[in-house]
Amino acid sequence: MLDLKYSTDHEWVYIDADGNAVIGISDFAQQELGDIVYVELPETGREVSKDEEVAVVESVKAASDVKMPVSGTVVEINATLTDSPELINSAPEGDGWFLKLAPANPDELNELMDADSYAKFVESDS
Amino acid sequence: MLEQKASLDWLEMRGDFVRRHIGPDRTQIDEMLEYLGLTSLEEIITKAVPENILSRQGESLKENISERAVLTYLRKLRERNQVCNSMIGMGYHGTIMPQVIKRNVLENPGWYTAYTPYQPEISQGRLEALLNFQQMITDLTAMEIANASLLDESTAAAEAMMMSRRLCKTGANTFFVDRDCHPQTIAVIQTRAEPFGYEVVVGDPWCELDQHDVFGVIVQYPGSSGEVRDLQPVIETAHASKALATVAADLLSLVLLKPPGESGADVVVGSSQRFGVPMGYGGPHAAFFATREAFIRSVPGRIIGVSRDDHGAPAYRMTLQTREQHIRREKATSNICTSQSLLAIIAGFYAIYHGPVGLRQIAGRVHRYMEIFAEWLRVKGYDVQTQVYFDTVTLHVRGKARRYAAHAREQNINLRIIDKDTLGISFDETTTRQLLKKLSGIFSKTEEEQLDILQMDEKLGQTIPQQFLRSTRILTHPVFNNYHSETEMMRYMRRLARKDIALDRAMIPLGSCTMKLNASVELQALSYREFSAMHPFVPLEQAQGYMQLINELEEMLCELTGFDAFSFQPNAGSQGEYAGLLVIRKYLASIGQSQRTLCLIPASAHGTNPASARMAGLDILTVRCDENGNVDIEDLNNKIAKDPDRLAALMITYPSTHGVYEEAFRDICDLVHDHGGLVYLDGANFNALVGISRPGVIGADVAHLNLHKTFAIPHGGGGPGAGPIGVRSHLAPFLPDHPVVDDVNPDASKDGTIGTISAAPWGSASILSISWAYIAMMRDAGLKRATMVALLNANYIASRLSDHYPILYKGKNGMVAHECIIDLRDIKEQTGISVDDVAKRLVDFGFHAPTMSFPVADTLMIEPTESENKRELDRFCEAMIAIRGEISDIESGVMDRDNNPLKNAPHHQSLFMRESWDLPYSMEKAFFPMPGINEEKYWPPVGRVDNLYGDRHLFCSCLGMDSESN
Repeated sequence: MLDLKYSTDHEWVYIDADGNAVIGISDFAQQELGDIVYVELPETGREVSKDEEVAVVESVKAASDVKMPVSGTVVEINATLTDSPELINSAPEGDGWFLKLAPANPDELNELMDADSYAKFVESDS
Repeated sequence: MLEQKASLDWLEMRGDFVRRHIGPDRTQIDEMLEYLGLTSLEEIITKAVPENILSRQGESLKENISERAVLTYLRKLRERNQVCNSMIGMGYHGTIMPQVIKRNVLENPGWYTAYTPYQPEISQGRLEALLNFQQMITDLTAMEIANASLLDESTAAAEAMMMSRRLCKTGANTFFVDRDCHPQTIAVIQTRAEPFGYEVVVGDPWCELDQHDVFGVIVQYPGSSGEVRDLQPVIETAHASKALATVAADLLSLVLLKPPGESGADVVVGSSQRFGVPMGYGGPHAAFFATREAFIRSVPGRIIGVSRDDHGAPAYRMTLQTREQHIRREKATSNICTSQSLLAIIAGFYAIYHGPVGLRQIAGRVHRYMEIFAEWLRVKGYDVQTQVYFDTVTLHVRGKARRYAAHAREQNINLRIIDKDTLGISFDETTTRQLLKKLSGIFSKTEEEQLDILQMDEKLGQTIPQQFLRSTRILTHPVFNNYHSETEMMRYMRRLARKDIALDRAMIPLGSCTMKLNASVELQALSYREFSAMHPFVPLEQAQGYMQLINELEEMLCELTGFDAFSFQPNAGSQGEYAGLLVIRKYLASIGQSQRTLCLIPASAHGTNPASARMAGLDILTVRCDENGNVDIEDLNNKIAKDPDRLAALMITYPSTHGVYEEAFRDICDLVHDHGGLVYLDGANFNALVGISRPGVIGADVAHLNLHKTFAIPHGGGGPGAGPIGVRSHLAPFLPDHPVVDDVNPDASKDGTIGTISAAPWGSASILSISWAYIAMMRDAGLKRATMVALLNANYIASRLSDHYPILYKGKNGMVAHECIIDLRDIKEQTGISVDDVAKRLVDFGFHAPTMSFPVADTLMIEPTESENKRELDRFCEAMIAIRGEISDIESGVMDRDNNPLKNAPHHQSLFMRESWDLPYSMEKAFFPMPGINEEKYWPPVGRVDNLYGDRHLFCSCLGMDSESN
């Protein structure tokens, strides 16, 4: 099991084997959005700060900005999402990842929720 | 019993229009009152409306006039407009609307009473017509995609600026404007740029562009002066610094000239007015916006695309709706949420009727006439300054510009006075040989000198250099090549019209949209040449009929609202919001309070509110709503108290978007005023206030009125609209003015107004005649009665449906205002049936759906208006109740959750083509679910349209291109 951490804005992040922060949106978020039709991703090399809105996700019923749960530099984007945005619906916490950051401050992960606390957060929020 | 002698008044049928406009007659009103346990119409007001918002009208709107009297008055009014041959140009040109289009579209309620095509299944006709418009625009501009129209050319140019800033990857803050742009366009761009802090440089981009760090540039093509220049150098300079290049183009010129797309333009905007849409003293007309496919998600306004229905057949729909800016609320860079559908449709039909050859004839003729005339002027020794021209030239006549213009006016010709030394002369589709002769007389001393047209024509060669000419074909799609006989054209337009549900078929119970009657008599003035053929920049003495109409309408609206002045410049409700907030900001600055930049907006507000506030440069803070949908006073208090010196305004909708009269409205206004803020009232729901309450008296400082909702302007299938703003006297000095026409705001402050927000001085002036006629015939008593019946109808529906569906919000005494919300959230949870399913099932019953999921997700908002009578309301209620029965069958397991009449709706006739009837219910239930439907069965032209497929497989051109190119 991957050690996913969640933000209150429904993004998740984990540190992969290369030390990069992989970021996506939660299963709850994709369910709320419905069928996703488009994703706008940042350019690699861009420096982003925590809570910065760097990606846009559009479904048939809403457009939403994706905030970064941690800061860092974009090292890779999931280019397959451009042609297959439905991956976000089918595998939100797997193949539907958005981008990878070289984290500027890995301690930021400690401020995020683990899966259990996130589940409770979603429950109390909805 | 002796029959009482009838009064003369009664026999003269003076107030006759009121009973034509209001649907239910006295008997039906009594029946509905009894159903609700009420004794009189007045009682509705006492029961539903808070007493402290009631305010009496004055006396000036007392006498109502009959339909005949209104027509007589309008005919008198039109005599005060003097129609000349306006050769002013500047984006407005004489044109000839083909009679077949006038009779079958402009004057056909099947087209003009339709709503925005949010429900694609019942809108395939106008969706196809709008797609034709988009195809025409992409063809003529040589761009990849186009939207389904914007409000006018100048606001389209401002939208291009905003999009350029969004897409430009550098941090540049300057927008460069070609000084040869139309002055109204320059003014609108300047107004729009100011709150965002963009610097606008007006100059000559051919020599100065590289001296500035710009994110975008706009060039007029041909220039306002008439000059046709090579766009490429400017576009290349822009691209070298990663800026976007916009071209504001004349659509007719593109038939002959090299299109901007071939020069590398990123955006092309302009007006389609001269494609058969009368000038109408400024509007309405459809502007266009074309760009690269890669930019599609940043395009403002609506885009029509092709998807498929549940049988796999192609079907049209509005595509990418979630990218629309008003949905982005405070992150928006535009607040546009409407278009000029009817006018775009007419322009598209114009191109279809004339086809590529016909357009070449028209464009070629206009150009040839100008060649003949301009070259003649040159021969005569005049200083024609324009080197390469299409239909417009600039003439240098040292010190004599006014003299020539005056001389021309004597001949019923308006020339453009650019300055004391310079004249502009512009030709159009209506220019004739006779007119050319007449014009030449003005520039000849003797008769012998006058122009010999044929002789001149013979001598002429091609005056436009080859490099400027268009080499590519236009309008190759079959739709532009198949309908050139009137018979075919008539049938094509009818074929499209019959696919749609408009008010000519059934009620359109859209909450928040006020789909009331658009009476024939109200529309009559649009067909008068003295109103339609007026150029917006003619000298005011020629437009006295319009001036009187505008002044009278202003007085009427002031009387109804308690405001002191109105501006008619805003072309839509969204523009009214934007203009109103700019006025508030300007006023606050004038009293030394420019630190007040905070705009409070209740969570229940329409998404356009925050978008408009953002565009006006205000910071947005959302105020919570309580469980009844009312503004949470405590939260409001807290948010004001946090930083009272920053409070600029509260934007509030009244009655609320939840369709109830908030009890605390006056307290809320007082609270805002006590802390130095102003109250902006969103007048979307003014149909619940007319004649009973005056916003300017009960606390609002500014409000916009949607004339296309409350005051009978038809929706046109998604435009035109009109969103004039009313203000109290201290704000009047800041109302919009205009760079070309003086005194548009007679109270204008010496320190300046908010500037110009639309291309035309009085917005879409021609349709103001509709609202004028409506108020003139209804007057005080009729308007008040209309409001009461609107409340009665809504409460009748709420009451009839309340045993079957929960009604979400109610005000005092359990009453709703002019609309009601039915809650489907439980049903969705229990059965999986969504608002969509109910909406599509209503199509089988022949109805347009109510407003879906606004202001609350998974609800339907119903607004019947006063124009629907009890029989129609009952028909609608019975349909809704029958649908509830079908839902119960799903609940009880009688019907399958996924294979039932709701999920399969709307039922398309292709079901008959299947080998056997395999649905678990009868054909009768599928197609004729209610008695009486067969009287006029509506057959949806497509099955349910697949939104997901459409958004994932973008296709925004006409179908059938392949067959053509093969």
